[in-house]
Amino acid sequence: MNGIAPPLALLAELTHRCPLQCPYCSNPLALDRARDELETEIWLRVLSEAAALGCLQVHFSGGEPAARRDLEALVKQAADCGLYTNLITSGVLLDEARLARLAEAGLEHVQLSFQDSHAANADRIAGFAGHRKKIEIAGKIRAAGLPLTANFVVHRQNLANTGSMIALGVELGAERIEIAHVQYYGWALKNRTALIPTRDDLARATAVVEQARTRFNGAVVIDYVVPDYYAKRPKACMGGWGRRFLNISPSGKVLPCHAAESIAGLVFENVRDRPLAAIWESSEAFQRFRGIAWMPEPCRSCERAEIDWGGCRCQAFALTGDAANTDPACALSPDHAMIADIAAAESAHPPGGFIYRRHSS
Amino acid sequence: MSERDISDESRPRLAPHRRLKFDAVRRGWTIQAPERVFVLDEIAHAIVSRCDGEKTIGQIVDELCTAFDAPREVVAGDVRKLLQDFVGKGVIAP
Repeated sequence: MNGIAPPLALLAELTHRCPLQCPYCSNPLALDRARDELETEIWLRVLSEAAALGCLQVHFSGGEPAARRDLEALVKQAADCGLYTNLITSGVLLDEARLARLAEAGLEHVQLSFQDSHAANADRIAGFAGHRKKIEIAGKIRAAGLPLTANFVVHRQNLANTGSMIALGVELGAERIEIAHVQYYGWALKNRTALIPTRDDLARATAVVEQARTRFNGAVVIDYVVPDYYAKRPKACMGGWGRRFLNISPSGKVLPCHAAESIAGLVFENVRDRPLAAIWESSEAFQRFRGIAWMPEPCRSCERAEIDWGGCRCQAFALTGDAANTDPACALSPDHAMIADIAAAESAHPPGGFIYRRHSS
Repeated sequence: MSERDISDESRPRLAPHRRLKFDAVRRGWTIQAPERVFVLDEIAHAIVSRCDGEKTIGQIVDELCTAFDAPREVVAGDVRKLLQDFVGKGVIAP
């Protein structure tokens, strides 16, 4: 394998179609069209290639993956190949019969997204009246015998409800709850002033999460993602570029992370053209920021170089114009002052209106 | 002490929907859990593979002392530390 360790997980973005219009959507600004989506046969091949390459898990995501009618067939193929299968969904296109078919096909876990714990605000944020349907579908997921993660993306317009989000997750029978602050790339970067919380509001939410974690002690796992703009050290984005994860876009581009297309100048290979293993091991985009040889100072000689892997390439590009720079989220970055200034200035103003993410095929 | 703390009487087992699985590519054992994978080293596998909901911690420690010819206090400390950590991560039910 050329000494390159195999990936742990594949994020399969089946489609960019989605009824929701969340202003922090993690999809790229330029959405793939329905007619450019990979055909079923190609996904079936890619899933078996991913398992042979060493992937242990596949996360079916989107857009809304249930918009694909072949979702059951893809889940079955993944399960047959020995992959642990996870569905990341808004839930609004699911029903009891479809959940039963997915469970039968071998689905092992569902991550259901919520935009808030309060229905009216959740529907406003999503640009879609789906909250009540999500509550209903959570019950059906549990009734189908599937474990549930409740995912809440938090930002200044719902952060005060963190405690009631955790309570809702517990009430719905989630065994895992994700409280994930928006990170600012793509759509969220466009909407940053409407989303970024103040440092004090963040601290209050963090305290709520920590109390809940102590209370549940693993009976309910609470994963918490803090916003980079208030961090001292960058997150180890994707566990390091080209180390653990690969992402396939609806049209078949193989990406080191879901936001990588935001980096100008990188060329991504397509599963239509080459085997997945060859792309993982030798494509220029994966090699570009793999390991530590590409790093500038202060990363290169940093004792944390192989802990945080220089942080996030997309953020470095978005904020400094060069993806090879140290992530400005790091206090050691020469650009770190900028990020703290942006956070302080924008969060002090009243939030602007949302620019909703809309898909037109 | 809460009911989620590991004690001598605990009969730990894998939490529901977790799978202990051999990975042929890495030639090693893994635990598959919702949205996470734990790659186990030899010691961790020796401990976790004995968590069947039947054996007590004491019995697991006895077995490992024999299998690895190691002093009991060292093994007992390692077992409790690893299992309590996995309880906190939702992997093991105490």
